[in-house]
Amino acid sequence: MEPQEVVDLVRRVLGDMVRDVKIWKGNDYIEVEIDASSIREAAARMKEAGFDHVKDVTAVDYMKEGRFRIIYNLSSYNNFDLSYYIVGLAYDIPRDKPETVSLADIYTSAEFQEREVYEGFGIIFKGHPDLKPLLLSPPVAEQKPLRKDFIVREEPEIKVEKKR
Amino acid sequence: MSGIVRGNVGFNDLKIPGMWSRKIGKDLYEVFIGPQHPGSGHMRIIIRIDGDIIVEAEPDMGYVHRTMEKLSEGRAWIKAIPLFERMAIHDACNVTLPYVRAVEKLLGIEAPLRAKYLRVLLCEINRIAAFLYGFGIFGVFLGHSTMYMWPFGDREVWVELAEWLTGARLTHTYPVFGGVRRDVPEGFTDSLRKAIRYMRRRLEDYRKIFVDNPVIRARLEDVGVIPRNLAIELGITGPNLRASGVRYDVRKNHPYEVYDELDFEIPVFQEGDAYARVHQRVQEILQSLRILEQVADWLDKHPREPVMHERFWKTAPPLYKKIFQETGRVKLGAVMAIMKIPQGKAYERGETARGEISYYVESDGGNKPYRIRIHSASARNALVYKYIVPGHRVMDLPAIYGSIDYFPPEADR
Amino acid sequence: MSGESPEGRAYVGNINVSARRARKLLLGDLKLGKLVDWGTAFSLWPVHLTTSCCGCEFAAAWSPRFDNEQHGALPWIGPRQTNMIIIEGTVSKKMACALRLVWEQMPQPKFAIAMGACALDGGIFYNSYNIVRPWQVVPVDVYIPGCPPRPESVARAIIELQRKMRKKQIASKFVEEGWRPDKEYVMPKEDLCSWWRG
Repeated sequence: MEPQEVVDLVRRVLGDMVRDVKIWKGNDYIEVEIDASSIREAAARMKEAGFDHVKDVTAVDYMKEGRFRIIYNLSSYNNFDLSYYIVGLAYDIPRDKPETVSLADIYTSAEFQEREVYEGFGIIFKGHPDLKPLLLSPPVAEQKPLRKDFIVREEPEIKVEKKR
Repeated sequence: MSGIVRGNVGFNDLKIPGMWSRKIGKDLYEVFIGPQHPGSGHMRIIIRIDGDIIVEAEPDMGYVHRTMEKLSEGRAWIKAIPLFERMAIHDACNVTLPYVRAVEKLLGIEAPLRAKYLRVLLCEINRIAAFLYGFGIFGVFLGHSTMYMWPFGDREVWVELAEWLTGARLTHTYPVFGGVRRDVPEGFTDSLRKAIRYMRRRLEDYRKIFVDNPVIRARLEDVGVIPRNLAIELGITGPNLRASGVRYDVRKNHPYEVYDELDFEIPVFQEGDAYARVHQRVQEILQSLRILEQVADWLDKHPREPVMHERFWKTAPPLYKKIFQETGRVKLGAVMAIMKIPQGKAYERGETARGEISYYVESDGGNKPYRIRIHSASARNALVYKYIVPGHRVMDLPAIYGSIDYFPPEADR
Repeated sequence: MSGESPEGRAYVGNINVSARRARKLLLGDLKLGKLVDWGTAFSLWPVHLTTSCCGCEFAAAWSPRFDNEQHGALPWIGPRQTNMIIIEGTVSKKMACALRLVWEQMPQPKFAIAMGACALDGGIFYNSYNIVRPWQVVPVDVYIPGCPPRPESVARAIIELQRKMRKKQIASKFVEEGWRPDKEYVMPKEDLCSWWRG
């Protein structure tokens, strides 16, 4: 299956929800940009079309442009031809209002990863069954460490408390 | 395992991280297992039990979360390789190779053929060592201490080979952008063939003492069954997926390096229980041995040639080239440290011993990554605890945990 | 009844007084401290708490090739039956609480070995926001450098700890004084465990 055929398939499945399609270097990663409002509908249709699991869910912080980009990288286990490709279902949300809808009931494989995005970026997934930090302890997760304005210092951070 | 019911006199302020329980309803207890427990540590599972039956299980990960994704954003591209290696240090080459390939994709280069074979060589050595490590930990979980001792002893054969090839027991940092760091030393392939013969013989011993052991069969058969549909729905990966009847292996579905030129098969089992996963791993070791034999033959036939991409090798001083011809060691130029990667995104996957690892790499054209997202095999397999464990007895939990071959540092990143 | 009976020599009654007297007799009058040090040196039981990826080499150190059991140490399961902790690598903030809880449950005398560059001062993760230094959590006796250290260096650290026990009598001092005055926790427990659920 050629990359262009996958693009055609995605266009056929998603119809006019597609804003932009881009095939990145290596010809196996296809990024499909859609509207934030249509993500649930798009995900359900993609699952019907054979993209049966989520490889990973991630967010990228574009601080200067004031937006988060949330990406669901979908692929297939059942379909040998599709399994060569990764389709990144991407949409933007404003940085000052980080709220979106959860896909955990459509893709069970996204459940833990949405929790990871939640703890790293502070993006709230509405409708998630159990939205709480996955890897970090609650005090650390409050700092939203994966955002670009959380700066990791090059010098080590050592806090020495006064001896009792 | 020490279990203490909260409320005992004198233990009110002492909460044991090992295993303790509290009553949360009529006949319903909440038991906290880990992060200090008798198997390999760093992971906590909170289970709710009714009598001896687990009704709910919740994995509590993140005890080894060292924030690799964030740290890589503050370091040069090449410095991220040793960083990501610490995810699974006994599987170092497999874990870092997709990252290296993703950056190569952005650069638009490919490693020379010999470097590709060398990468496959170390990948398969690592894979066998990691499987043996998994068997050893599984033995600890099941209280089968011989199965801890034997695989760990045999693992040293492969660790020793890797050390001979790269100079480090575990953290090799072997694949770098554009190639590998070292060529094979003299006499390596002979020792490799000896190790392959030895491993084949030992697998027969494992079969006698572990795989066909009636006690092990009684504990593993029909335990932790992952049906095919559920395996796909949960997106679990690696040998666990293939033991559930899905023929998916990145080495076949999305061939990288020279895997499409090598002759090997993907073993698949239909049962999907813990016992099938043990068989799956034994079969995978046999396939890895098959690959290694072919790589050894190829390396014998082809003389030494540069193992770095032309782009980096043509600017190397003559001294570096002389050192390479004499010792097989590649000295990396300073250009590696200050390299800028063209703007773009790349997605790359690789098959590690525990399953598929995927890297989403985004560059803004600078000398540091803009965003790297890693999703490792163990992190994907962690969903099994939530959806498969309920319904089993408490004694089945170590069997399921061990058979999934969960490695917490890899899952937590 | 109080332990200060007129008879004075009968070790019955108040358990604290009896223990103090027995300690005074055994360590003060009979000078059995060296016996305590010698005995403890060959019964080290590292607890099975694997904090990070150096656990690979920790596991290999007790495998047939390196066999650290010959030095008188064997990893054991429960914290209440162990007297040594080997901190393998990075200690994340989440793990630090578990580490302190395990350490507090171990009976004295107890010892800590910090294994790996991360356990020394952060190693490759020196500027991570989710780690603590092990010396902030427990008092460390011996450090092992390396990333990861070879299994041989684990054996070396155990031998070093045994030497330290015999030369500096750290085991019998535990028994005498209850706690070594030079070793104090750097971070209070509230800072580590404020979020702990369980």
